[in-house]
This record gives sequence, structure tokens and C-alpha cells, in this order.
Amino acid sequence: MSVFWGNSMTLALALALVPFITGLLAFILRQARIRRALLLLTALAHLGLTIAAWIVRPVPSAGGWLAIDDVGIVFLTVTSLLFCAAAFYAVRYLKHEESLVKNRLDEGFLFRNGPEAVFTGCLLLFLASMTLVIVSRHFGVLWVAIEATTLVSAPLIYFHRYPNSLEATWKYLLICSVGIALALLGNLFLAVSATNASSTLFLTELIRQAETLNGPWLKAAFVLLFVGYGTKMGLAPFHTWLPDAHSEAPSVVSALLSGALLNCAFLGILRVYQVCLGAGLGDFCRELFILFGLLSMLLSAVFILGQTDYKRMLAYSSVEHMGILAFGVGLGGGAVFGAMLHMINHSLTKAGLFFVAGNILAVYRTKTISGVQGILKVLRVSGVLWLAGFLALTGTPPFGVFLSKFIILKTALEQGRYLLAALFLGVLAVIFIGLAKIFIPMAQGDPPENLGDGPRKESSFAVLPSLIFLAIVLLLGIYIAPPLSDALAQAASMLGGI
Amino acid sequence: MNAWLEPIMVAIVLMNLILVASGRLSACIRIVAFQGIAVGLLFMVADVYPPTTDRLLFIFASMILKGFVFPWLLFQAIREANVRREVEPFVSYPVSVAICIMTLVISIWLGGRLPMPRPVLSPLVVPVALSTIFCGFFVIVSRPKALTQVLGYLVIENGIYIFGTALLLEQSVLVELAILLDIFVAVFVMGIMIFHISREFDHIDTQRLSELKD
Repeated sequence: MSVFWGNSMTLALALALVPFITGLLAFILRQARIRRALLLLTALAHLGLTIAAWIVRPVPSAGGWLAIDDVGIVFLTVTSLLFCAAAFYAVRYLKHEESLVKNRLDEGFLFRNGPEAVFTGCLLLFLASMTLVIVSRHFGVLWVAIEATTLVSAPLIYFHRYPNSLEATWKYLLICSVGIALALLGNLFLAVSATNASSTLFLTELIRQAETLNGPWLKAAFVLLFVGYGTKMGLAPFHTWLPDAHSEAPSVVSALLSGALLNCAFLGILRVYQVCLGAGLGDFCRELFILFGLLSMLLSAVFILGQTDYKRMLAYSSVEHMGILAFGVGLGGGAVFGAMLHMINHSLTKAGLFFVAGNILAVYRTKTISGVQGILKVLRVSGVLWLAGFLALTGTPPFGVFLSKFIILKTALEQGRYLLAALFLGVLAVIFIGLAKIFIPMAQGDPPENLGDGPRKESSFAVLPSLIFLAIVLLLGIYIAPPLSDALAQAASMLGGI
Repeated sequence: MNAWLEPIMVAIVLMNLILVASGRLSACIRIVAFQGIAVGLLFMVADVYPPTTDRLLFIFASMILKGFVFPWLLFQAIREANVRREVEPFVSYPVSVAICIMTLVISIWLGGRLPMPRPVLSPLVVPVALSTIFCGFFVIVSRPKALTQVLGYLVIENGIYIFGTALLLEQSVLVELAILLDIFVAVFVMGIMIFHISREFDHIDTQRLSELKD
């Protein structure tokens, strides 16, 4: 057995193939119950394989197409955990949607849903493509996988068929596809930069011969890939698709987009950063990371302050946190560890909050902030989770987000970059105020009269995923298990940190 | 074989100019289809050595997709819809052509300045590739219809492919096929979306898709 699983490629291939096959199956299965069971089973199998990867820790072989390295396993774990929770949430969500009338009125729009088989199938294919992004060791394959994530998630965003979601889907498809086309050009530049060697695009090969790469071409390749995958990651000013897609997609899809997909795009940038580090272009790349990271944070703060839609608010908060990740990697040193930890914290918190937002939307039937009041009285558990999520998201101790933001800030101070540290802290403070003004009135106060009185019953499928995620984030703020901190440190050391 | 190289590239540049000067959606779809075939032909004559079977397979697949399948899909997308069949650009046609010629000049200047670390097929290739990419971007930003945006995306892809040919990059055919498959699915999904947009709104004018904003 260990020989079989010890081969890094086999395990990686299995991780991507399992959801791919079941995803195709879901398209043709007629019975909704079997499809939903398949969704759950696949999510569990994927999580099981991820755990296997932790136990075996296969060594990436040189020149392989697929492998799970130290950076990959961190991203893989987040994606797998998130998908598992999303699958449980989705099963209940789909059951609930099925019970509703076919043409219903939300926010003044009559709409119906897309076919459920397509939704489930695309959800599974989405997992397969994200896994492929994480395990690929070849820039061509990486590109194919990232573009595939866009294509299979477009039908997910357009599940509720009404004009706004159509508009969001179109923007998402076009902006991301054009962005990713630039990344394709970046790949070609990368191949050109390998002058002395054959024009390889294998990650291991490129890192090995990084010193012989042609500097200007490699720089140009990095810029193109940064802009291309940065579009997908939601870095300002290329983020314009993100708030639309996140607010119009069903909440379970928003959770996956925000918590898993943005990370995968970030990984795309980190892969070429690894090559640049080897080639001695680290300083050049770090400046770009800091610049766009801070810009994303600033811009999201502006849009959070005047926000009227709570799902858009969560989306802008994702832009902010992607900015924090880029900022952390850009600082280098200890901040890279902080950024990796922050990635986990943000994904879990944001997914948890999107799940709760879905519960709120299902009861209040509106996404406007002013239309939602008194969640604590109507949905007791969701209300508490909404407030806890707010505290976690803004980095209140003892939640894990506090720790990861603190590590990043501390590094900035240690490096003597006081201006950057002040900017970072200032923006975080503004965002804290902006979010507090949104979250707290939503939770407190009296609910609108048409909701009746007394708390409603909440399904455990609807609240447990968020509850577990927020508990993990809380735990991460207090104690990080040694295997995880080792893996994070390993990942950070591969990305120019210590 | 290289005798064919330059006529094909000139044809590709001319197609860029005709594309921005055309007022009918159907004409635009056809021009982009011809350009796709021309890029395929460029691949064929670009191979210094006789192309391998894998290589030929890839070239034919790309020509069939870009020359026949994509236009068919896009025609299907606008057939059912009751959309107006004019391009209705923000920028008038003469100005569009002028801008395209300007980007060509810039591309030639840029192409001359790029230090090439490896021998290139022909000094023309890089400028042609760059100007095609610029032209694709221009079509996306200057034309309001969803369909023309897809065409712009395809023109960008054509430009990138020409660039790859120019540098004689030997990539694995498997990866190339996967990239082609992705582009195919992209056009397919975008075609379906155009169909939905036209059915939902009775137009495919993305300028009027402006409900969502802050």
C-alpha cells in the first residue's frame, strides 16, 4: 500500500480524478437523492485522500506532472475541508430549494432555478479543477486548471436564473477569461526566458535552472501572470467581477468562490514567484505584492464603508483579505508564515459567514442590509454565528485572524517599515468600524413584522458547518498543532519566508 | 515553406483591420473564423522540420474548432435571439481602423526593441502577434455587444498562438490540446450565456447590463 500511495503522482491524480468522474456521473444521474449522496460521498472521499496525503507526505518526484508539495498540502487541506462543509450545506440547500415553488419572487425578481443535475455536476467538477490547480507541477497544466475553474463555476453562479445573476455571470466569465488569457501569454514569456535550457514549463525544472533564466523576460512573465491570475484572485484594481459574482451566486457557491477559488488563483501567482525567487528577482516581485496588496485593502475599505448589500460586503472583505495575503508575502520573512496562516483563517471564517448569510437570505428574502434586523431574535444560532464571524473576520483576539494579522504587522515593524505598518493598521481599523456598523445592527433590534414572532427552527446542516469553522478559527488563535505549524513553516520557507 | 509565411501574416493583419471596420455581426464572426484558419496555416508552415503526427493532429483540431465549430456555435447563439445584427460600436469605424493601424505601428516598434533570446522565425511575427492581441483588446472595450466581446477574446487567443509559433516553442501536444479544449469550452459556455442574455433582455448589449454596481 505504502508503495502505491507513496508515489506522489498517484495520490495527486486520485485527488483530482475522483471528483472529476463523479462530477460527470452527476450530470447523467436522474434521481436527486442519489446525486446528493454522491456529492457527500465524493466530498468525504476527497477529505479522506487529503488526510492520507498528510500521513504519507509523499515526496514530489522531479519532472512529474502532478505532486503534492509543502505549499500544495496547505491549500489542498483548506479546499478539501471547505468543500466538505459546502457539500453538507448544499444538500440541505438543494432540498430546501426543491420544496419552493418553481417561479418565485426574491428581491422583486420572478425566477426559477437551473437544473439541479448541472449544479451538482459543476460543483464536483469545480472541486476537481481546483484540486488540479493545487497539485499541478507544470505551468501549462496550471493554466488549463485555472481556466477550467472559471468555466465550471459560471453555471454555479447562474443557478438562480434572473437578470442580475446573468449579468454577474457574464462579467465573471469575460473578465476572468481575458485575465487568464494574459496569464497564457505570461506562460509563453516564461518559456522564452529559459534560453539556455530547453523551453520547459515544469516547475521543478524551472526552479532548478532559475539562475540561468533570462531576467527581463522572466520579469515580464511574472507581471503578466500576476495580472492574469490576480484578476481571478480579486486583487484591486482587477477585482471588478468579484462583488457581483459573490453577491449573485447562491451562498454555498459564494463560500467556495471566496474561500477556495481565490486561494487557488493566489497559488498560481505563488508558483511563478517561486521561480522568480530562485532567479534573484525576489525584491521586484515583493514590491508588486505590497503595492497591489495595500491597494486592495484600501479600495475594499472604501466600498465596505458605504455598502448596502451584505453579500457584497462579504465579497469586498474578501478583496481586503486577498490584499492582506499579498501584503504578507510581499513583506517576506516571518510575514509569509503569517500569510499562510491567514489564508486558512480567512477561508474558514469567510465560508462560515457566507453559509450564515445564506440562512439569513432564506428567511429575510433580501440582501439589503437595511432590510435585515433582529437576526438574534429570528435565527438564534445564525445570529450568534453572524456576530462571532464578525469578531473573527475583523481579527478580534483570541480568533486566529488576530494572530495571523499580528504576525504580519510585527514583521513590518521589525523590518522598520513603519509607514507600511501604519497604513496596514489604519486600513484595518477603518474596515473594523465599517463592518461593525453593518454586522451589529443586523443582529440586534427587532425583526420586520412579516417574519412573525418567536425564533425559527434551524436545521443542523445549515449551522453546523459555520459553527465548526468558527471553532477551528478560534482554536487556531490559541493553539496551532505541530504538524500544521511545521507544514506552514515549510511552505513559508519555499516562498521566501523564514 | 517560408515563402508562405509572410503572406499569411499580412493576411492576419488585414483581417484585424477588416474586423474593426465591419458593421455586421455575421461578417465579424466569419472574419474571426478565417483568422483562426490562417493561424492554423501559419503553424503548419512554421515548423522547420516536417511536422509530427501529434503536431498535425493539434493543428487540424485547432483549425476545425476555430474555423467551423466556433462560428457555428456563435451563429446558433444569435439565431434564436431577436437581436439587431449590427455591431453598433462606441468608436466609429474609421477611428477604429486608425487606432488599429496605430497599434500595429507600436507593435512593430516594440517588436524591434524586444531582445530575443532565441532565433525567431521571421522578424514580422512578434509585431503581428502583438498587434493582434491589441486588436482583440480594442474590440472588447470598443464594442458593446456580448458577441463581439467573445470575438475579441478569440482574437486575443489568436495573437497569443501566433506568439507561441513565432518563438518555435516546443510544448507538449497534450498540454496544447488541453488549452484548446479550455478555449472551446469557454466559447461554448459564453455562447450559452449570450443565448440566455438575449432571451432574458431581448438584447445582447453589455452596456445595458449595469444593474450591479456600488
